[in-house]
Amino acid sequence: MTVKIMSEMLAAGESPEVLFWVGCAGSFDQRVQRITKSFAEILNKVGISFAILGSEEACTGDPARRAGNEFVFQMLAYQNIQTLNNYNIKKIVTTCPHCFNTLKNEYPALGGNYEVSHHSTFLQELIDTGKIKIKEGGSMKGKKITFHDSCYLGRANNIYEAPRKVLEALDADLVEMKSCRSNGLCCGAGGAQMFKEDEPGDKRINVARAEEAIATGASTVAAACPFCMIMWEDGVKQKNAEAQIELKDIAELIAERMS
Amino acid sequence: MIQQILFVLLAAVAIYFFTKKVMSIRRNILLGKDEALNDQPKLRWRNMFIFALGQKKMFNNPLVAVLHIFLYVGFVIINIEILEIFLDGILGTHRLFLPIIGSSLYSILISCFEILAVLVIVGCVVFLIRRNITKVNRFTKPELKGFPFRDANYILITEIVLMSLFLTMNTCDVLISWRNFFLLHSHTHYSLAELNVLFGGGIISTSLSDIIFSPAISTHALEIIERTCWWLHIAGIFAFLNYLPYSKHLHIILAFPNSFFARLNNIGQMENMPLIQKEVVLSFQPERAAEFPGDDAPMKFGAKDVKDLSWKSLMDAYSCSECGRCTAACPANQTGKKLSPRKIMMDTRDRLEEVGNNIDKHGMDFTDNKTLLGDYVSVEELRACTTCNACVEQCPILISPLNIILELRRSLVMEDSNVPNEWAMMFGNMENNQAPWKFSNEDRANWIKS
Repeated sequence: MTVKIMSEMLAAGESPEVLFWVGCAGSFDQRVQRITKSFAEILNKVGISFAILGSEEACTGDPARRAGNEFVFQMLAYQNIQTLNNYNIKKIVTTCPHCFNTLKNEYPALGGNYEVSHHSTFLQELIDTGKIKIKEGGSMKGKKITFHDSCYLGRANNIYEAPRKVLEALDADLVEMKSCRSNGLCCGAGGAQMFKEDEPGDKRINVARAEEAIATGASTVAAACPFCMIMWEDGVKQKNAEAQIELKDIAELIAERMS
Repeated sequence: MIQQILFVLLAAVAIYFFTKKVMSIRRNILLGKDEALNDQPKLRWRNMFIFALGQKKMFNNPLVAVLHIFLYVGFVIINIEILEIFLDGILGTHRLFLPIIGSSLYSILISCFEILAVLVIVGCVVFLIRRNITKVNRFTKPELKGFPFRDANYILITEIVLMSLFLTMNTCDVLISWRNFFLLHSHTHYSLAELNVLFGGGIISTSLSDIIFSPAISTHALEIIERTCWWLHIAGIFAFLNYLPYSKHLHIILAFPNSFFARLNNIGQMENMPLIQKEVVLSFQPERAAEFPGDDAPMKFGAKDVKDLSWKSLMDAYSCSECGRCTAACPANQTGKKLSPRKIMMDTRDRLEEVGNNIDKHGMDFTDNKTLLGDYVSVEELRACTTCNACVEQCPILISPLNIILELRRSLVMEDSNVPNEWAMMFGNMENNQAPWKFSNEDRANWIKS
């Protein structure tokens, strides 16, 4: 796969249409890397010139800020804004709603102003403008699929329709879980929860969420957030439902089926 | 004359104590930190109309929304009738507006009030059933045990009593008028509608009079019942007025300013901490000092006690009606964790009341060595939050429990260095490797080759 690093691009005197912000999970987690690759593959196929920051990308600071450590957040934000501004980045697309929220809503107050989009709206536009076409026989017709709203995409940024529009392009039978859209149940990862054990309780949040998906009878759960994906993998495993439910990011579903 | 003096005295005492309490609540709210929330007035008025007046979010459950509207419209509109009762009380008149606006218009208005009164009773009865018999889940949570649970019942029962007094009073009045009238016109037959207009009575009281038109009760007894109801009704209203500021029912007033002053920024956006920003930027680029004017007063990070919170969070606490929609939607609470966003709001209000009482008793500088963080809200509760914003999304009057949770977390981590091991490791990784996991930043693009 050819993916250009920003520093190399600059050295070659080029500038990308858009910067692909990969995020930490997208870079390091083996499961989420597959989402990253799928999205990069789509960008390549469609012919969008993009670059990643590579080793110059740092965590946006979201988990630190929400855990209460503003110092670590500010340090990382400072570093990232310096990098992005030095490269004169204008447009960013990211597959992570947490990165998306921080870049879009929290960096402007710190001097980082970019046009930031999440890959769900980015993919929707590519579908709407006919740049992404689903290949013959690629439809998921007759298959039940349900979409899990990420808190930082939905409630925090009011993006509910774009990922669903992307799924509609696959012609699948979209069913909703008991709690969806603005009432969507969290996967349990936000606010740095993913990086520590749950507090004492009756059950894990991702297990409760997996139960909702199982109740729909859907064979595929689509997500649009790497943290959600990691939590879902675990939740479905705990319910022994791996054989029955396939977990996919919307980018993977599209990449597998585009012509 | 004695009745008039008694009334004015009662009214004065009620209004005095109500005003005093309102001023103390205002002072308590202003103990909070400044936060500028008066930009975009158009949008703010819109929010107030949609969320406070229009109760938009209540309609997530249409049946409850309609019943709530009964109570609310009933409460507000019947206050127009209270104006007459109030003036009657001062001037010693009886139904002052009747001769002024004419009996037909008067009877229409009174009919509206009476229908609303019946609807209020219906609403209150259903709500009492939901709380006490069918026990809707969100009303049975631990933070609602004791006074908060009784508080709701007191209000609902008081409303039923007040409305019943109002209807009884009107019915007696109609009966008395009939007695006087039919003595003169013993064989005349009138339809109910005609009777209505004739005496300026309401549709409910006239119908009731028709049913219980019995000579068994003397006119004198009716007059005594009418007067007793009149006094109990207005005294009840004065008592209610003074109970309001101590109760969850304060939301009927504060819902309005609270939705007006609601934060307009994206709910995913956390409040920036400019002093930390300054420290970090200047540690890398001291030459940018000019961008950050102002003194470096030693600052507290986050909130340990109520005074460290924004005034808006304190108003949120007084506005909370303890309905528990936030808690019902909270993923942590749903899975049996200790966190309950409603409890966060109730704790904040209780603590603020305590701080206010201390100021009244011992002066501004008194400290009782207690804090919201620790004495009211535990670390375990704070740690369970996923910052998913479900509580914020649910609140019908735009309260943000999340804002308080995050400010308390900031204090916990940055003031007390109270951090679970896993988070300490995560912070370390983020500082050293720029990622929450222990991976080298040099390997960030390895996925391309894998």
